[in-house]
Amino acid sequence: MRLEPKPAPSLAVTLLFPLAAIATTLVLTSILVLAAGASPLSVFYLVAKGAAGSQFALLETLTRATPLIFTGLAIAVAFRAKLWNIGAEAQLYIGGVVTVVLGTGALPLPSVILIPVIMVAVMAAGALLLLGPAVLKTRFGVDEVVTTLLLNFIVLLFVSMLLEGVLKDPMGLGWPQSQKVVAEAQLPRLIQGKRLHYGFVIALASAVLVWVVMKKTVLGYEMRAVGLNPEGARFVGILVNRALMKTALLSGGLAALAGFSEVSGLKGNLTLDLSPGYGYTGIVVAMLAMLNPLGVIASAIFVAGIFVGADAMSRAAKVPSYIADVMVATSLLTMVVAILLTRFRIRWR
Amino acid sequence: MSSNPVLRLSRISKRFGPLRANEAISFDLKRGEVIALLGENGAGKTTLMNILFGHYVADEGTVEAFGKPLPPGDPRAALDAGIGMVHQHFTLADNMTVQENIALGTQSLWRMRLDRAAARRRIEQLSADFGLAVEPAATVSTLSVGERQRVEILKALYREARILILDEPTAVLTPAETDALFRTLKLLVAKDLSIIFISHKLHEVMAVSDRVLVLRSGQLVGERETGATDRKELAALMVGQEVKPAEVSPVKLGAPLLALERVSTTPYNGAGLDKVSLTLTAGEITGLAGVAGNGQAVLAALIAGIRRPTGGSISIAGREIADWSPRVALAHGVARIPEDRHAIGSIGDMSVTENVIAERYRSPRFSRMGFLNWKAAGRFAEKLIADYDVKCPSPEARIRLLSGGNMQKLILGRALDPDPAVILASQPTRGLDVGAVAYVHRMLLEARDRGAAILLISEDLEEVLALSDRIIVMSKGRLSTPSSRGERSIRELGELMAGHSGEHSDHAA
Repeated sequence: MRLEPKPAPSLAVTLLFPLAAIATTLVLTSILVLAAGASPLSVFYLVAKGAAGSQFALLETLTRATPLIFTGLAIAVAFRAKLWNIGAEAQLYIGGVVTVVLGTGALPLPSVILIPVIMVAVMAAGALLLLGPAVLKTRFGVDEVVTTLLLNFIVLLFVSMLLEGVLKDPMGLGWPQSQKVVAEAQLPRLIQGKRLHYGFVIALASAVLVWVVMKKTVLGYEMRAVGLNPEGARFVGILVNRALMKTALLSGGLAALAGFSEVSGLKGNLTLDLSPGYGYTGIVVAMLAMLNPLGVIASAIFVAGIFVGADAMSRAAKVPSYIADVMVATSLLTMVVAILLTRFRIRWR
Repeated sequence: MSSNPVLRLSRISKRFGPLRANEAISFDLKRGEVIALLGENGAGKTTLMNILFGHYVADEGTVEAFGKPLPPGDPRAALDAGIGMVHQHFTLADNMTVQENIALGTQSLWRMRLDRAAARRRIEQLSADFGLAVEPAATVSTLSVGERQRVEILKALYREARILILDEPTAVLTPAETDALFRTLKLLVAKDLSIIFISHKLHEVMAVSDRVLVLRSGQLVGERETGATDRKELAALMVGQEVKPAEVSPVKLGAPLLALERVSTTPYNGAGLDKVSLTLTAGEITGLAGVAGNGQAVLAALIAGIRRPTGGSISIAGREIADWSPRVALAHGVARIPEDRHAIGSIGDMSVTENVIAERYRSPRFSRMGFLNWKAAGRFAEKLIADYDVKCPSPEARIRLLSGGNMQKLILGRALDPDPAVILASQPTRGLDVGAVAYVHRMLLEARDRGAAILLISEDLEEVLALSDRIIVMSKGRLSTPSSRGERSIRELGELMAGHSGEHSDHAA
């Protein structure tokens, strides 16, 4: 068996392959569903219904998609420049920390000023957190996969320390949680009485902005060039290390916004279970979107839908909701194979 | 010479998407015969040999070796059938000895002891028989390029190859080494081995082959007995039309533009520079000849700005530049045509448009307030495509999909469009077909007549001789004294290339 390169795929093929990948995922996960003693068709129907079958379900899916859009964008930006940021989880938590530090009454400002101030500070904090690994990579050749991944654990322990110490809510009955942010620091709900909040709108706007940056600006051009061929980029006068630094700042900032959006829009305070791995799932989201910022919106909603739908399904069909993790993980694998197949043809023999 | 074929290719076809790399190619190779496979880059020579050697599987057609069909896609079967291949880029383990490299993979892993004495005797026997002098106990990293090539040939012979495929074998050799290689080929043929010699150098093809097969755009367009043809006819077959050599107008010297003063560097893809001084003057092409690996790579990288000197100074129009980089070089009007257009000269997965603005995207012409002006960029790409007669589907096509010649024309256009004062052309025609070579030469000569100072670095001595107003030979990181057009004979230059002469000086040029 060998791989032979293919010419550039057409747009139709580019769109078709993700669908084929999803179809393959469904077939593969059917095996586990059958093993759990349920009918795959009814289980997938229940997942789809749980994800989008009612207004409540749909809004829940979009709420869950919001942090995934931010982390997905963060990963998409970084991976374009071949900066392997596995630390979106840590950047998300730092975003949450800054949100509660500034949002629990330290700054007596009206909402229209306070929220932008917090967002800028959050992005700066996330950016700085990724700058460390980026400097180590460009100066000393330290692998950023290792440094960013390990920072996730360091930051989580740091947050744990804060929540047991200076940030601990005195009225929290001893739970490791922060105070609630003040009303001025909260993102309003999109629909009265529902959980979906303005963080979703900010996420959509961020996706459009990132798309503009990547497609239309000098910075995006430099980032893509550095990712595709660093030697070639250096030859034509692109300052490769500087471009990687800018990438790190943008990526870290975007991931930190996920933490801000979750605290300010949904949870109200910081806890150690702010993120069920949104930073890691962001990698799946970005890969499913083939690193396209606008595609991230669709893939984030898709992945969120699987998680939300699987919760509803497990209550009805008695198949454990872990099937969602399997589906998301499998879809990443099938997608990677699909991307490979758009660029190469397999020859058996 | 017996007439039954040792190798028979029947109607081999291979497509990559819409590209027909090989189309119904058939030929026989007879015992004791040298076939030259001549063709421009992208003509399908390499694809054909990869099919023959089992790296690719043909869409149609069969390969027979010694009367037995060769299973497709199996390099092992090709080796067992007695086909040996000497690649252009050597496949030797540098830290092992010659003998270990040759014997590698020929003995069973389960044997307790290697029979070194017998292996050594065989290698020495083969060396003596075919004039392939090389010390079996020497470590490969200490060998010259010519010696390494001999090891590659010995490796194939040790495996009892009866058919030898040589892919562009002379690209890395001095004229003297090339002569030695040709003598070896004659000895091999005398022992009834058969040889396929891949080349785009016409004079070599005329010198060694019995028969010439010419490939063009994947098709076999001509088959000639070498004795019954000439270079002109072969060149015409290769490109489909007659090619006129470039005409050179008399030189009009201007002011000195770029000067290196006792510049030294660390080694990089070969030797480093050792206190090299060189001045490029307006209106003149300075040709730098030499065997690969003698410091040309680092000199080119230095002038391009991607390497810094460890000593000495670089000045432009008399002013010393302390902080030398690609940006600074570009800002001072130094155009660069890099040796490797795929790895360095272009970003393969970006479009033609994105590639042609790469050196100037920050200028007001192509960007404002951090936003790129894609309309202007697209117009520029279309202009270059039209002016330089580039064949490409659209400015939006990924540049990777273009042939070497068309890619080189775009890189040339990108470099020459701003009307540069200094031009660094490093192996500007490597791997190009005759037509594209003539085009590149014409463009360089035109730039010279406009008053540019040009440094032409090339391993192709004929190219250096044809274009240069002044020739310098590089050897072991140092420069010879310069000679003007026609002053030194090819033999004298060859001796300088081999580093035999003591003519090297610190203040050479």
